[in-house]
Amino acid sequence: MTAAAVPSPYGSSRPFVKYQFDTAYDEMFGAPGVPREYYQALHRTLVGLPPEELRKSQQAADLTFLHEGITFTVYGSKEGTERIFPNDLIPRIIPAVEWAKIEKGLTQRVTALNLFLRDIYHEGRILSEGIVPRELIYSCKHFRREMRGLNVPRDIYVSICGTDLVRLPDGNFVVLEDNLRVPSGVSYMLANRKALKRVFPKMFRDYGVSPIDHYPQALLSTLRTLAPENCAYPQDPVTVLLTPGVSNSAYFEHTFLAQQMGIELVEGRDLLVHDNVVYMRTTAGPRRVDVIYRRVDDDFLDPLCFRRDSFLGVPGLFNAYRAGNVSLANAIGTGLADDKAVYAYVPEIIRFYLSEEPILPNVPTYMLTDAAQRQHVLGNLEEMVVKAVGESGGYGMLIGPQSTKLQREEFRARIIADPRNYIAQPTLALSCAPCLIDGEVESRHIDLRPYILMGEKVTLVPGGLTRVALRRGSLVVNSSQGGGSKDTWVLRAGNADERTAQIADDVWKGLAGGPLA
Amino acid sequence: MLSRVADSLYWMSRYLERAEQTARLLDVEMQLWLDQSPEAGLGRWKFVLEALRMPAAQGPVDPTRLINMLVFSRTNASSIVSCIATARENLRHVREQCSSEMWEQLNRLYLEVIETWPEEAWMLKSHAFFQTVQEGAHLFQGITDGTMSHGEGWQFIQLGRYVERTDALAALLDTHFKRVAHPVDQAVDSGEYLGWVGLLRASVAFEAYCKAYTAEIRPLRVAEFLLLNPDFPHSVRFSVDRVNAALHIIGELTERREKLPTRIAGRMRAQLSYSQIEEVMADGAHSYLENVRGECAQIHAAIHQIYFDYSIESELAS
Repeated sequence: MTAAAVPSPYGSSRPFVKYQFDTAYDEMFGAPGVPREYYQALHRTLVGLPPEELRKSQQAADLTFLHEGITFTVYGSKEGTERIFPNDLIPRIIPAVEWAKIEKGLTQRVTALNLFLRDIYHEGRILSEGIVPRELIYSCKHFRREMRGLNVPRDIYVSICGTDLVRLPDGNFVVLEDNLRVPSGVSYMLANRKALKRVFPKMFRDYGVSPIDHYPQALLSTLRTLAPENCAYPQDPVTVLLTPGVSNSAYFEHTFLAQQMGIELVEGRDLLVHDNVVYMRTTAGPRRVDVIYRRVDDDFLDPLCFRRDSFLGVPGLFNAYRAGNVSLANAIGTGLADDKAVYAYVPEIIRFYLSEEPILPNVPTYMLTDAAQRQHVLGNLEEMVVKAVGESGGYGMLIGPQSTKLQREEFRARIIADPRNYIAQPTLALSCAPCLIDGEVESRHIDLRPYILMGEKVTLVPGGLTRVALRRGSLVVNSSQGGGSKDTWVLRAGNADERTAQIADDVWKGLAGGPLA
Repeated sequence: MLSRVADSLYWMSRYLERAEQTARLLDVEMQLWLDQSPEAGLGRWKFVLEALRMPAAQGPVDPTRLINMLVFSRTNASSIVSCIATARENLRHVREQCSSEMWEQLNRLYLEVIETWPEEAWMLKSHAFFQTVQEGAHLFQGITDGTMSHGEGWQFIQLGRYVERTDALAALLDTHFKRVAHPVDQAVDSGEYLGWVGLLRASVAFEAYCKAYTAEIRPLRVAEFLLLNPDFPHSVRFSVDRVNAALHIIGELTERREKLPTRIAGRMRAQLSYSQIEEVMADGAHSYLENVRGECAQIHAAIHQIYFDYSIESELAS
């Protein structure tokens, strides 16, 4: 960040002593020292609490996470081991009116992306009309030729989508990227909420936070809408969650969701295909499977069709899918629409299919296949963020302002060697939110990943996963890169902003043990 | 229940039972070793290997290396540490199917045994080590019974434990009675006393035997107690009863009542219930015990064939 940090106006008043402001949008403070209306109650609570209390609360929450085994696996580290997903106690608050816009914008976006996938794998109108260049699609790593002309139930390609939003210094949310393959993190959203309800029960109630606990049920009914036509019990299709297994980084989430939905957690070796029908092997004999919520990437799903060396998949699964005897969520080949180069065309895609203007804008994106844009990016690498188009999870990324000369040279060479594989964006000042670091409140960069479910209609549970870059000044929020997360409070509609201003005092009294009217 | 899950629970339980058996037998043997002349001691280790169902050692036996192989070696899949590690790995894959208390206990036991025990000091502490393993296994068993639903998964855990116990006990008894083809119905002299008590202790049976028959050790009674006693948890008959009961309930739950494993177990159970020790010994214990072990292996194979590894074509055709 370029501007000099402004020291906290609180002087020695805890716990905000170390809090800093820079050019980024600050979620809590409208101006240094002046909290936004809907953050006032929280702010007072934090200032009023004895510092020891904060530390203790954080410890209590950490312990909850430890005991419940809420962990993820970091690849590449030598022990290849499980870590607790760091949770930050201070909630991020989103007023109802802002959420309404996000909800509308994401519904629009995922609807258009779904139509786009349907079109690409059928007529290809958007290609023949020259809106999206053909070679962009056919050169995409996640384009699946095998899906051409295949009809999926209800034309739903994207049942579950996780779209990453960031807030720019002007206060507007923009879309950073879409995740249409197997977005993860929703279990942390639910776990954070559970922890916060325990730690701040009173403040939680007084704020009027929209509930999210029904997510597993909403997910299950979304999956059920995919029941194949020839399914024996269309109202209650046999639904399973397919996991790559215990060594996958999101294994905790897989077990958690299967448990919460009350469905079987299966691995590839539990499933087998006979006469184009998928069965799971149970002690009571083979049992037909209708819908698979798969958390295995396309490449590994079926060794007969995709990667032959995959042990995670089910031989013959794709043929059963083609025959319409089993449904997959998400469909195969959806990664096409979250390719970071296709991303640049999403505003056009929305206009093309829906004849609407995009509600949530994109981040300006440089296409490195274009010679002029490439020249510009290569000349200004230290100001750019460069991303590999098919990667996710913060892997394969260059953050210009925080990179070394060596890293920039390496990316320069890689871009020149394969320009289609990279895009560049200007470095964004992600918004900041207060976080509890060692018992004090400091500001850290955050983003927001809401989860969008597409069944009979599009549903969003209010909120999502707010990810935090826990290292001071860092812009990378991915859990695999040392990020954490915090609970996201979407306030209930109906004058919520005024209401929270009014209750500020009450909350404070309540915490201090005073009576509440 | 998914076949893979049942399979993992069954093997987890077998491995943990094996670790416990080995620990107990070695604990007893290490103490007997103290009372023996060096030559007799060396002969004893051959016996131990046989009782543990391991291949005989080639060439002269070095007790220190042998113990290391039986306790710590990770290349020996049946060493105590390997067994506990494999049991834990099996449970880790089906963690969501068991209670978190169970997982924590097995994980704790694993962390305790993989700690490095320096060789010299270990010999002095071996008793404590074997105790840790046995107590850890008992604790796990108690936690399992107290915190997990006694449904199909729990039945597979029972099944694994008692199939393993039946086979291990039969092997131990066979090794003993090979040397004493015709055990007598009179008290043994002091030279043989330790060996018989060792056999009883290796099956946690010394105290229970004394309660049933007094402290007078008669080989025929020892045989009867360990083979045919209906109430003692480390007798062959008791173990087979449990295998039979678990298979029966699993057969009900999966609607496969008449299947092969249930039939073999029922036959074994009937045979053990109506056998008399004099008859068993008249033909020599070896053939009887060999038969028990053979049927154990058949049950094991049948469980795999019916519940874990069946061919999908034949299942769908039926």
